[in-house]
Amino acid sequence: MKILKLIFKNAFRHKLRTLLTILGITIAIIAFGLLRTVVTIWDSSVDATMANRLITRQAISFIFPLPVSYQEKIKSIDGVSNVTFATWFQGVYKDKNNFFARIAVDVETFFDVYPEFLIDAQQLENFKKQRNSCVIGADIAEQYKLKIGDPMTLEGDIYPGRWDFVIAGIYKGKNKNTDETQMIFHWNYINERMKVESPIRANEVGWYIVQIKDPNKSAIISEQIDALFRNSSAETKTETEKAFAQNFVASSGAIISAMNVMSFAIIGIIMLVVANTMIMSARERTREYAILKTLGFSAKHLFVLILGESLLISFIGGSIGISLIFPIVQGFEQAMPKGIFPFFFVEPITIFWAIVSIIFVGFISAVFPIQKALSTRIVDGFRFVG
Amino acid sequence: MNSIIKVKNVFKSYWRNSIEIPVLNDLSLEVEEGEFLALMGPSGSGKTTLLNLIAGIDRPTKGEIIVADTDISKLNESSLAKWRADHVGFVFQFYNLIPVLTAYENVELPLLLTKLSKAERKKHVETALSIVGLADRLNHYPKQLSGGQEQRVAIARAIVTDPTILVADEPTGDLDKKSASEILTLMDRLNKEFKKTIVMVTHDPHAAEKASRKLHLEKGELVGV
Repeated sequence: MKILKLIFKNAFRHKLRTLLTILGITIAIIAFGLLRTVVTIWDSSVDATMANRLITRQAISFIFPLPVSYQEKIKSIDGVSNVTFATWFQGVYKDKNNFFARIAVDVETFFDVYPEFLIDAQQLENFKKQRNSCVIGADIAEQYKLKIGDPMTLEGDIYPGRWDFVIAGIYKGKNKNTDETQMIFHWNYINERMKVESPIRANEVGWYIVQIKDPNKSAIISEQIDALFRNSSAETKTETEKAFAQNFVASSGAIISAMNVMSFAIIGIIMLVVANTMIMSARERTREYAILKTLGFSAKHLFVLILGESLLISFIGGSIGISLIFPIVQGFEQAMPKGIFPFFFVEPITIFWAIVSIIFVGFISAVFPIQKALSTRIVDGFRFVG
Repeated sequence: MNSIIKVKNVFKSYWRNSIEIPVLNDLSLEVEEGEFLALMGPSGSGKTTLLNLIAGIDRPTKGEIIVADTDISKLNESSLAKWRADHVGFVFQFYNLIPVLTAYENVELPLLLTKLSKAERKKHVETALSIVGLADRLNHYPKQLSGGQEQRVAIARAIVTDPTILVADEPTGDLDKKSASEILTLMDRLNKEFKKTIVMVTHDPHAAEKASRKLHLEKGELVGV
């Protein structure tokens, strides 16, 4: 018999109590994993940005448009390698709850500036040729069971009316965190109709995406772009794509911060549960610890016994919890409409924090019982009536 | 004969609610190697306290306790724990077996602190359990044994390391007459056949009859030495 066997036997002495504690840890770790996944996925939209891309938007607000004529002017700035633009279309696809990004773009340049959107060359060619065609992300195709050649009709709101599209291509993400939930179509298709139905809104775009040669010159080039349109009717604000994404994420900062705090509060609560189990167990075994001390077991041995038991319970509950995080997050992703989170997967950092939390809970829960067991004199331990 | 236990001018007192309660008062005692000593006396006379001091599970307020040439009153906690593992076997009134371990595992416990191999530990455990007549109860848990059998497992645990001294605190106090008699016979055998030095605390005059010497304590002092 080894000390490990004694640890295991001690841990399961009160099977129901231990199993309930393990269940509590499992649920807490799953809840922690889910919350952390939401938080990290939210933050990872910032990580998905490219250092060599700048975003130029209307200086007053993102919602105000910019003239399409700015494209050539921006392109003329030294250090700029390419410029594309996009316009937020919004609209409704079948049902208003079907949320995903619908964007009108400059088809000639968009995929050059976004090389992480992988599309077959032939499909891209077809997309460029057909004015009412669109390209959709692989996630959207999967969720709505769409394929190339299928029609997609949007009911416009910002751009009123019925808008018919044909799917010309399906793009995939180059990276795990590339958004595969966008619907992309011709800005010209929208603009031509605007010229007829609402001329005042024609020749306007939402924002520019500026590709630069040297990311180290982003500040200078941003300044040059904004200087170009200073004192015009549509002044610009240019910033790196990362800064732009950070500002966007910051608008939901309070909710994300609350989720962040909650995820760790859950760990705090489960720590109290495990600590309570360990304190009860150690209290019941006061006499046994006295026996072990009498037999010659040292403080080190008792430390290992109690800490081992606490870590064993935490590890079992934590391991089950971690192994369940993956299928539960997957189920969660399938249950959610595509587009709310462009991508949803368990980041390695989430698992890292879950493991750290398990170890932390195991250690902290054992502190008081160890202190109590070591400080109780043998003769007092024998007198103890639990 | 050599004195294996020397208790020299020992004082022991406890503190309860800031009040000092003297238990042992300038007590001196020697126990010869191979002796079977019975400590008797009324409750509160200090006999268990004296036994605890000899066994190194408590410390004197003043005085020296020398067991097998080691002044155990001067050892630190970790040294004292190792000394206990090497030199003392304990038998308690309420057996004090670990309930989640089998008879075999309970007896093996003290051997986990030694460098013996698994095979060697097995040999020692089986020998100790056969000495106490429980070779057929290796895999029984304490709750599956009678009181007398539990106490025999406790004795096997006490002797498995071949300790220098065996201390027993009311070893028959929780047993029926028949079981008590079996335990006393076993202890007598350990003393006579295996030459174990035994110090036993008991209320029971019948139990004390098995000892080669009897000492009475009253109010922390030996009387009629």
